[in-house]
Amino acid sequence: MTALDLSADRPSRRHSLALSIGLALVGLNVAVAILTLFWTPYDPLNASGGRLEAPSLLHWVGTDRLGRDYLTQIMIGARTALIVGTGAVAIGASIGVTLGILAAFATRLLDDVMAATLDILIAFPTLLLAMLVVAASDSASLWSAILALGLAISAIVARLTRILAKRVLRQDYIIASRTSGTSWPGVVVRHVLPNIWPTLSVNFALQFGLAVIAEASLSYLGLGAPPPNASWGRLLQEAQGTVYTAPVGAIAPGIALVALVIGMNLLADGLRDVGDPTRGRSR
Amino acid sequence: MFLCKSQHYRPRASRPSDERNPAILAYILRRFAILILSLLIAAVVLFVLLRLLPGDPANALLSVGADQQQIEAAREQVGSNLPLWEQFLRFVGSLARFDLGTSFVSGKPVVEEIATRLTVTVPLALLGFALAVAIAVPLGILSAVKANRWYGAAISTISQLGIAIPVFWVGILLVTVFAVNLRLFPSGGYPRRGWQNEGQVLYALALPVLTIGLVMAASLIRYIRSATQDVLGSDYLRTARALGASYSQALIRHGIRNGAVPIVSILGIELATTLLGAVVVERVFALPGLGSMLLLAIEQRDYPNVQGVLFISTLLVLLIGFAADLLQRVIDPRLRERATGAAA
Repeated sequence: MTALDLSADRPSRRHSLALSIGLALVGLNVAVAILTLFWTPYDPLNASGGRLEAPSLLHWVGTDRLGRDYLTQIMIGARTALIVGTGAVAIGASIGVTLGILAAFATRLLDDVMAATLDILIAFPTLLLAMLVVAASDSASLWSAILALGLAISAIVARLTRILAKRVLRQDYIIASRTSGTSWPGVVVRHVLPNIWPTLSVNFALQFGLAVIAEASLSYLGLGAPPPNASWGRLLQEAQGTVYTAPVGAIAPGIALVALVIGMNLLADGLRDVGDPTRGRSR
Repeated sequence: MFLCKSQHYRPRASRPSDERNPAILAYILRRFAILILSLLIAAVVLFVLLRLLPGDPANALLSVGADQQQIEAAREQVGSNLPLWEQFLRFVGSLARFDLGTSFVSGKPVVEEIATRLTVTVPLALLGFALAVAIAVPLGILSAVKANRWYGAAISTISQLGIAIPVFWVGILLVTVFAVNLRLFPSGGYPRRGWQNEGQVLYALALPVLTIGLVMAASLIRYIRSATQDVLGSDYLRTARALGASYSQALIRHGIRNGAVPIVSILGIELATTLLGAVVVERVFALPGLGSMLLLAIEQRDYPNVQGVLFISTLLVLLIGFAADLLQRVIDPRLRERATGAAA
């Protein structure tokens, strides 16, 4: 960030602003998620409040239809969202980067087959793929959702990695490195990965946001983690039924979700600028 | 045309069709082969997936405490006693005949149920798509041309916001505003007699279509904006201007066609996404479409229905991709020539 502040042109400053806002939103989410491990305003299962209470000093965002504190559940939802996003991106990144690098090294025919298969997988919407995996596994759990989203992300990451790695492998310094005796794995670790990392990390941040949205959609459809786990999607689904009497419940979890996703997207924008100084003049 | 005084400015006319046809024909054939291959891959995935699911499909036909003889009879009827490869060939054969089996739960042919459901989902997706294009094209172009004005920046910001909002929440918010507060539209539901009552169908679809249209427009605007920026910064536009075309004339003559090439493939992907993304919107508004059929089938473990919906939606997605690719070739002659050249 400090490196960016030195440059005087306007767009760069705007991007460093994006990075700061993004960091703040994501940081707030992480802080809240960690906080819920030690403290929440109420016990999440404590149904001591009145039914569907309006926001008050005791219950800042009101209560749900069982009288449980709504803010507590939204805070725990932040934890769920972060776990899903991190888990899905971690799975997607490890499978995707490995496959992508292998494809970049593969023979022409194998490479073509992999590229075509990835294209077909990507044409298939993430949500449908996730629904499939969740349906195929016996009971819906947080982990089946994470696995499903991770697999969907891995196809996207693999395609990107393949293209980026091929571009790097064509460079002269790869030949130089090979001639000076570096093994292929050495080339990957020393040259390919560092060169493709800036673009990949931007993509990871974007995929994180998409995974959070997809998990919320799955829980909204009733295919997410079962009830003790609070998820913004399930909160919204429950609140939809009582939207006539308690509209706040149908709005608050959505704001939390959008804040996290926008934070991740802004972070991606900012990272793009930091990672690649040649870009970012105008978008 | 009056302004194209000089022959030089006239954009390159398309070549005589007899010279062009073999190229495009070869491309169509190649692309069609890929389509069939993709369908086969999809069939394999579906087949494997259904074998992964717990239980013999014959179980659905049996009651508790069936004896061995009844089990054998049921397995014969379903075909699960045959070797795997023969099951697979039968499976592909029946898919090719659009025979998707009968539902475990209702006992009705899956194809019939899907056909009924498509009368909800297809209009919903197409109307939402049309609304999104109607919103995104003018706004996307405006935000690129007037990037320095406040409204250009505002459009970009709002579209940034739009891609971070899950579609179901947009639906819930629209229900809160238009159904709960203003009482203009129903919060959900669908007329029982369907399209026999067109007015009521359109009334029921108004908010769902608005939901899809707004969300899709947000992501489309960004693509149209960047395609327009590419066109605006291009050399051919400058050349056209230098040859005497006015700004708007150069844009209309060269910009639209050039800018449309990447947009068409994006539109194809977006249309496919909408069709399948309708699952969520149908749930928000309790519409009896393909998506709610899939959800219900998953809940009831009605595997023929699950398989049927997945096959038909994959088919639709692949067909849309096929159409988008062909359309791109029609718009851009350069792609057509490349199609016959190098195989890549």
